[in-house]
Amino acid sequence: MISCPIPKSEYENVLLAHGGGGKLTHQLIEKIFVSQFGNDLLNELNDSAVFEFHKNKLAFTTDSYVVQPIFFPGGNIGELAVNGTVNDIAVAGARPVYLSAGFIIEEGLPIDDLWNIVMSMKNAADKAGVKIVTGDTKVVEKGKADKLFINTSGVGVVYDNFNISSRNCKPGLSVILSGKIGDHGIAIMSARENLEFETEIVSDTAPLNGLVNALSKYSVNIKMLRDVTRGGLASVLNEIAASSGYGIEIEEEKIPINEQVRGACEILGLDPLYVANEGKLVAFVDDEKSEEILSVMKSLEVSKDAEIIGKVVDEHPQRVVMRTSIGSKRIVDMISGEQLPRIC
Amino acid sequence: MCLAIPGKIISINDSNPEMKMAKVSFSGVTKEVCVQWIDDPKVGDYVLTHVGFALTKIDEKEAEQTIKLLKDMGEI
Amino acid sequence: MKYIQEFRDSELVKILRKKIAEITTKNWTIMEICGGQTHSIMKYNIEELLPERITLIHGPGCPVCVTPIEKIDKAIHIARQKNVILTTFGDMMRVPGSKDDLLSAKAGGADVRMVYSPLDAVKIAEENPDKNVVFFAVGFETTAPANAAAVLEAKRKKLKNFSILASHVLVPPAIKTLLSDENSKIDGFLAAGHVCTVMGYTEYEPLVKEFNIPIVVTGFEPVDIMQGVYMVVKQLEEGRAELENQYKRVVSKNGNMAAKNVTFTVYEIADMKWRGMGILPQSGYKISDLFSEYDAEKIFEIENINVDEPESCIAGLILQGKKKPTECSEFGKNCTPEHPLGAPMVSSEGACAAYFHYK
Repeated sequence: MISCPIPKSEYENVLLAHGGGGKLTHQLIEKIFVSQFGNDLLNELNDSAVFEFHKNKLAFTTDSYVVQPIFFPGGNIGELAVNGTVNDIAVAGARPVYLSAGFIIEEGLPIDDLWNIVMSMKNAADKAGVKIVTGDTKVVEKGKADKLFINTSGVGVVYDNFNISSRNCKPGLSVILSGKIGDHGIAIMSARENLEFETEIVSDTAPLNGLVNALSKYSVNIKMLRDVTRGGLASVLNEIAASSGYGIEIEEEKIPINEQVRGACEILGLDPLYVANEGKLVAFVDDEKSEEILSVMKSLEVSKDAEIIGKVVDEHPQRVVMRTSIGSKRIVDMISGEQLPRIC
Repeated sequence: MCLAIPGKIISINDSNPEMKMAKVSFSGVTKEVCVQWIDDPKVGDYVLTHVGFALTKIDEKEAEQTIKLLKDMGEI
Repeated sequence: MKYIQEFRDSELVKILRKKIAEITTKNWTIMEICGGQTHSIMKYNIEELLPERITLIHGPGCPVCVTPIEKIDKAIHIARQKNVILTTFGDMMRVPGSKDDLLSAKAGGADVRMVYSPLDAVKIAEENPDKNVVFFAVGFETTAPANAAAVLEAKRKKLKNFSILASHVLVPPAIKTLLSDENSKIDGFLAAGHVCTVMGYTEYEPLVKEFNIPIVVTGFEPVDIMQGVYMVVKQLEEGRAELENQYKRVVSKNGNMAAKNVTFTVYEIADMKWRGMGILPQSGYKISDLFSEYDAEKIFEIENINVDEPESCIAGLILQGKKKPTECSEFGKNCTPEHPLGAPMVSSEGACAAYFHYK
């Protein structure tokens, strides 16, 4: 029997922080899952596995949704489950076609809640132009699941000439962020922490496949796409920098953020760079085409607040550095576990 | 220590004489804050808030003077 | 964001940068004792904007870092009792005790909940009359009035199921201890602006006189910190040692009397153990006997636990500014933010974590 590669002296139990999207998550994935399941496709650790299948290039992905609370400002767990998987396919440069949906339901969940969630999923699927073609349902005893867990898997067809890979991220590329960061994480916190908002901050959950479709004519110029989810913008950029081998430089002033989200982050002592999103992506594009691609993005509702926020550089390889609003530069590191509110 | 940020009082709740509360806005995010330790809090005042308690009113004149002093330093 | 954005203005920072460079002729070491200031210095990489002659060191300014190991162990012990809800600020969740931390206790099934305000903990007690709700009341002088107010509110509401595990430390005794050390290299101090908002700054005047050292009460935004540094350096270059106030928009000489009254209704000054520094006389608060029914240590009978600190962790020397995190043999190897040995690696303002993430 192979012994567990995460030494017992470190963690006896899985911690919440292992799900935060930061270093601990990566450790868990590498040491437990990849070490056992590892193969060429899996080892790429992309959001979707892309492969040739009878002359078509397909993208295939899966994701599980365990968010609490299951209803939050701007959406619910069902919408996240559809949009999240649609987006993982989209950022592989693919057109999402079919989804599966598996439900693990805690005994006692009101049928009305389930109905509302499923209706939202239907609406989200229609909006994204995908079909949910297969599924599964399990019910477990009270206390064995937190109201509802959903798993969705998805398959899509890659657009011509998209060759998305962090190995293509080299100097000469601009980084475009598709809109304002932090909305989803703060919306979730507001439901948990009893924060009130004058204008309610709502989750930004949205399908991005329409955006990717609009960008598909620039596929030759787009080297990398990734959706920005848990762990925030900083985590995604760090992952890409680490696997590309190059550095990424961003400008604090250019990063779009809603004033109220900024205010909420100040109160809780959170850094917006690490707050979760659900309807945003980063695109690494050829410099010469960046302004043109930016205007295409700005013309769509889902990316109307897009900005060019930085570029790939030779310096500080594998690290992300930010020019702060006061003119100094600092390293933006990967976060260890979950970012927690602080008083100090 | 310690994270405290300025917010604007938008309404006051006198119902508990030992724990006067106010709705305070931080860039549009509002929170209930205890203003019991503030002298004569009014709607429109800015208060420095820490863990749900207002510690003091922001002295707006002093704030302006600090900025002015620094700007003048730049002229020299 | 009014009264925040103006103090992050890059033009003002430029002016201060130029001025500091103009007046600095010698090497100076300046300490701040405030986790919030450390955080700001790291977040904006303020050291990059200062002349090389000026060194900023980070003192024991983070209540997370200086809370003694036994308090963490006590919190975990309490959290694991039946029918207990342990409420805490987010900062304390990952601080290592002698075996584990509150986050692991939560993973193991303990009911540990994060709150934004101590009043949220009182609310949880009201809503859960069949549970014992304990609030982990940590902080410096800034947070003490809020924590004390929670006790008074619980008393007003006649709650029988609310108590606090208190761990409060005070800044001036820490400064005195640091400066009394004959090997101290500290030339000047930035005093913690929010502590002084509550307490005023009269306690610092005797320190200025006794040790002949400039102390400037300083705020938290980059302009505040740069201006505080400018004022300290100016004093040092001119051979002065005075108490000055940079943070005039919120700090007054006597602080907030109403807040202080609340603190001293519930608390008394007492000797206190600081993680990494040992027991400093009259350096903390304990719950007064009049409020012992709200003292979790008495309720859970855990007053007499004492724990020694792991030898390899040099948190004490780091907190006193005697060593930099990079000089620790465990830094980045056995001690990382994912697997911290001591508190300064856990807290987001802890010097070790700051070094790890930003350098």
